[in-house]
Amino acid sequence: MPARKTGLPGRLSGQRRMERRWGLLMALPAVLGFVIFTAGPMVASFVFSLTDWQVGGTPAYIGLGNYAELARDELFWTSLSATTYYTLGAVPLVLIVSFAVAMLLNQKVRGLAVWRTIFYLPTLVPAIANVVLWIWIFNPDFGLLNSLLRQAGLPAGQWIYDESTAIPSLIVMSTWGFGNTMVIFLAGLQGVPRHLYEAVSIDGGGPWRRFWHVTLPMMTPTIFYNLVVGVVGTFQVFNQAYVMTEGGPNNATLFYVYYLFRMAFRESEMGYASALAWVMFMIIVVVTFLLFRNARRWVYYEMAGAR
Amino acid sequence: MTVTEAPPRTGRVAPAAGSRRPRRYGKALVYLALAAGAVPTLLPFVWLVRSALMRDAQMFVAPPEWIPSPFQWSNFTEALTAQPFWLYFVNTVVIAVISVLGTVLTCSIAAFSFSRLRWRGRDLTFAVLLSAVMLPYAVTLIPTFVMWQELGALDTFLPLTVPSWFAGAGGGVFNVFLLRQFFLTIPFELDEAAYIDGASPWRVFWTIVMPLSKPAVVVVTIFTFIGTWNDFLGPLLYLSDEEKYTLSLGLASFQSVYLTQWGYLMAASAAVIAPIIALFFFLQRYFIEGVTLTGIKN
Repeated sequence: MPARKTGLPGRLSGQRRMERRWGLLMALPAVLGFVIFTAGPMVASFVFSLTDWQVGGTPAYIGLGNYAELARDELFWTSLSATTYYTLGAVPLVLIVSFAVAMLLNQKVRGLAVWRTIFYLPTLVPAIANVVLWIWIFNPDFGLLNSLLRQAGLPAGQWIYDESTAIPSLIVMSTWGFGNTMVIFLAGLQGVPRHLYEAVSIDGGGPWRRFWHVTLPMMTPTIFYNLVVGVVGTFQVFNQAYVMTEGGPNNATLFYVYYLFRMAFRESEMGYASALAWVMFMIIVVVTFLLFRNARRWVYYEMAGAR
Repeated sequence: MTVTEAPPRTGRVAPAAGSRRPRRYGKALVYLALAAGAVPTLLPFVWLVRSALMRDAQMFVAPPEWIPSPFQWSNFTEALTAQPFWLYFVNTVVIAVISVLGTVLTCSIAAFSFSRLRWRGRDLTFAVLLSAVMLPYAVTLIPTFVMWQELGALDTFLPLTVPSWFAGAGGGVFNVFLLRQFFLTIPFELDEAAYIDGASPWRVFWTIVMPLSKPAVVVVTIFTFIGTWNDFLGPLLYLSDEEKYTLSLGLASFQSVYLTQWGYLMAASAAVIAPIIALFFFLQRYFIEGVTLTGIKN
């Protein structure tokens, strides 16, 4: 945004020089941070990925050997599909639930702050406390879930302790923390211009048409934002696998980052783990790119031009 | 899902005769749906608290009981003394405070440079830095770990705090973005006037821009604090001496030791959750504003 008047031509050069000097100086910590903690490690991790390197030993250059190994690594594919399964389940579910609740809260309800607080509360629970709490909820013998099911006369389940229900259980658990997404949706809903609703009403449209022709199209940028952030974040799920399931049962919840962590810090295969990291990076880049390309077809951007 | 939404605005927009009744029904449905959503949202909390206050014997009866009798307050004292949670708490506060200070200070400085000082290549530099936001943390994890190892800084707080003194480093760059957005809304005439009076850019930053940016600073403070408070992977990687554990790490180790002592586990969890919830109630407005601010990024 260089929309700033320069004024005072006489002092300009001195002022400009001062701004440049200070500008560079003040940007320095950020630039250094980027080089030391982002760009440098990124390049380094790519270089590592081309080596066979156990912690304590010396790295040996093996070209794309690690990547070739990955393609044959059954656990790699297991982790990729477990993570994809989890992401495909959790992201849409969280989006739908948080959108629905945001819609409800947008109905001029009384005690908005109280409702909002209730739905936001789970988001505040520290990740580890969350995980410990849910181990207890999923406990097959005395957990909350099975206790309620038994009381209702329904069959109880093994939840995270059964290969086939482990990921669905974690997906359900992830919906508990929909608060952030909900608040963002709510802000978006409050920004939908009132006159559009009025226009539909004048044309005789009911609630359904208002939702379908006004709310939904106007909300597509917000939905898109939450979708991208959700996919990228969910794909990096780690704590649940580390504390709750240790990747089990039978590797059903061997999430990608957990597998990477195990390779790097349990098996000390730094080279191989770096290759895993880079593959993950590429996957996220490609998925984000596809989402953005696809966005043109369904995201409504009238507002962008108006700003 | 959408059926229950029936916006009661109908009544407001076209106050036709007879529209009152559907409106009242619609409203009732909205409250009903909200209550239906609130129950499963709050149930885990209720479960947590009742389990934290129960004796094991009562916890394992079927059907489950909801009111502890007697209230087993000793769960808290025993759980929190079984491991030095007080020490974990202090460690966590120390790390969080250092990180918050570093993030707020260096991110504001950078944001000031990127919004209010003119230098060539500024916007390009900023765009490059901002790309770090989308980067998955796993990609930089291993080299960063190796770097700290080489520097002999494993098992210290340095790897957990130093990056925040470089404008957040990594995903923390998002704070620079937030602050910059906010700085851009402050009239530039203020800077001009100060420069004419011979002020330095630092002075403009510290005495004009920062005091006017309190809301943005509060938001960055809260979110950095929570982020550090809740961080698990960082402490897990870098801290091995139990004396240096954070609350998250302490709770994880506690849960692996007291695997079946549910009363203790729930008491410890409740104790870890409570400070954050208390913080939220004090600063609620800023929380919601902050989340909203991040979402408006688009």
